[in-house]
Amino acid sequence: MNAARTLATARRVLRQLGHDPRTIALMLVVPCVLLTLLKYVFDASPRTYDSAGASLLGIFPLITMFLVTSIATLRERTSGTLERLMSMPLAKADLLGGYALAFGAVAVVQASLATGLSVLLLGLDVTGSPWLLLVTALADAFLGTALGLFVSAFAASEFQAVQFMPAVLLPQLLLCGLFVPRHAMQPVLTGLSDVLPMSYAVDGMGQVVHHGGVTGAFVRDLAVVAGCALLALGLGAATLRRRTP
Amino acid sequence: MNKHAVQATGLRVVRGGRTVLDDLTFAMPRGRITGLLGPSGCGKSTLMRALVGAQAKVTGELTVLDRPAGHRDLRSRVGYVTQAPSVYADLTARQNLEYFAAVLGTPARARAAEVARALHDVDLTSHADALTANLSGGQRGRVSLAVALLGDPELLVLDEPTVGLDPVLRRDLWQLFHRLAEERGTTVVVSSHVMDEAERCHRLLLLRDGRLLADDTPDDLRRRTGAATVEDAFLRLVDEAAAASPLPTKATP
Repeated sequence: MNAARTLATARRVLRQLGHDPRTIALMLVVPCVLLTLLKYVFDASPRTYDSAGASLLGIFPLITMFLVTSIATLRERTSGTLERLMSMPLAKADLLGGYALAFGAVAVVQASLATGLSVLLLGLDVTGSPWLLLVTALADAFLGTALGLFVSAFAASEFQAVQFMPAVLLPQLLLCGLFVPRHAMQPVLTGLSDVLPMSYAVDGMGQVVHHGGVTGAFVRDLAVVAGCALLALGLGAATLRRRTP
Repeated sequence: MNKHAVQATGLRVVRGGRTVLDDLTFAMPRGRITGLLGPSGCGKSTLMRALVGAQAKVTGELTVLDRPAGHRDLRSRVGYVTQAPSVYADLTARQNLEYFAAVLGTPARARAAEVARALHDVDLTSHADALTANLSGGQRGRVSLAVALLGDPELLVLDEPTVGLDPVLRRDLWQLFHRLAEERGTTVVVSSHVMDEAERCHRLLLLRDGRLLADDTPDDLRRRTGAATVEDAFLRLVDEAAAASPLPTKATP
């Protein structure tokens, strides 16, 4: 891995985004609009808003980064730029690191806006520090990037890549405890939700909402999310090949 | 240093269970332009991918610049242009080149000059800051070519670089290839299925159906076959080969 090449890659990805202001606006504005909507949907039950709002603060960056990364890497594969890069002195880790850095930077802005809006304007009641919300949102964004990268290897077209979103993320969304507490589900589903990374992304947010300070469970949740992201990133790296059939 | 930039012995490539290149033995001289000619589907692109180390399942011996093809030392010494322009459509030509120059390891202070030179080489200076997506097909192809010129590669592998270009541009590009070979000592490998371009190469490899029909200079090829043009020579060789070993046709019940 080479810092100059990783940074150059991150800069290139950000420059590509820079030519596409509408995508940037969608990535930043849509979560804020949805969170505002949520606030007034739960107008009569502010406690539900607190827990669902915090969960969504973790889920939005995951979904956005998943979509953006899977499409961006798919484009890289289909346009021939990946083959070109693989014939150049670029390490796979440089490419992955560059993407993670660039989208991580976007995630920082997205999560800051969404968290700031929820806590300062929408009155989201958080016992712990809003900074911990931000850290968790970032870890979730990282997980989304890693999953998107991995999944893009199995998509032959942008149609397929987009369909991987409901296929990979919606089951996790149903099982993550957003709708029904995880322990209240059918036992098989509870077991299943225990092995899905989004459950920990949402649990982590829950820890910050209900507890002050850094709890042991929070550290565990964050570690699981980061571990899953690294695993997906490693699997994604294995799908980048210098020699192809 | 070997006087050949590329040497192949018994080169064979299998793709999807089919032998695409079969037992090729040839050499490409340094600092010269070698044309790779043959009908589409004859294995030209596969051979080029093997040269740059992008092709899996290559057997036999393939030496590029004194290293086995695809060796990591070669990654900054070989420039490669695929048939479809492989550049980022959502970046300008200059931004594309700046990124690839950084990947090739050009120090930041030398990058602007190198990018400017590559843009000048392919005559795109006036379009340097236009978004690649908004350029014409031919211009996009030249951005892709400019990327391959970065870092002064010793070997330039170009897969049909002149397809779909107007005659003026084609002539300009061929002049560029000759300039690269003569002034910078670059070894250039160009594939084409347009036979009049063959006359502009120093050396020709004629491929048909994954096998080598000829490895010669254009002059010797014409002399040997008694043909007036390379195109005629090629057709004669194809007919001879077909007579000697007819292509397997569909089995009839």
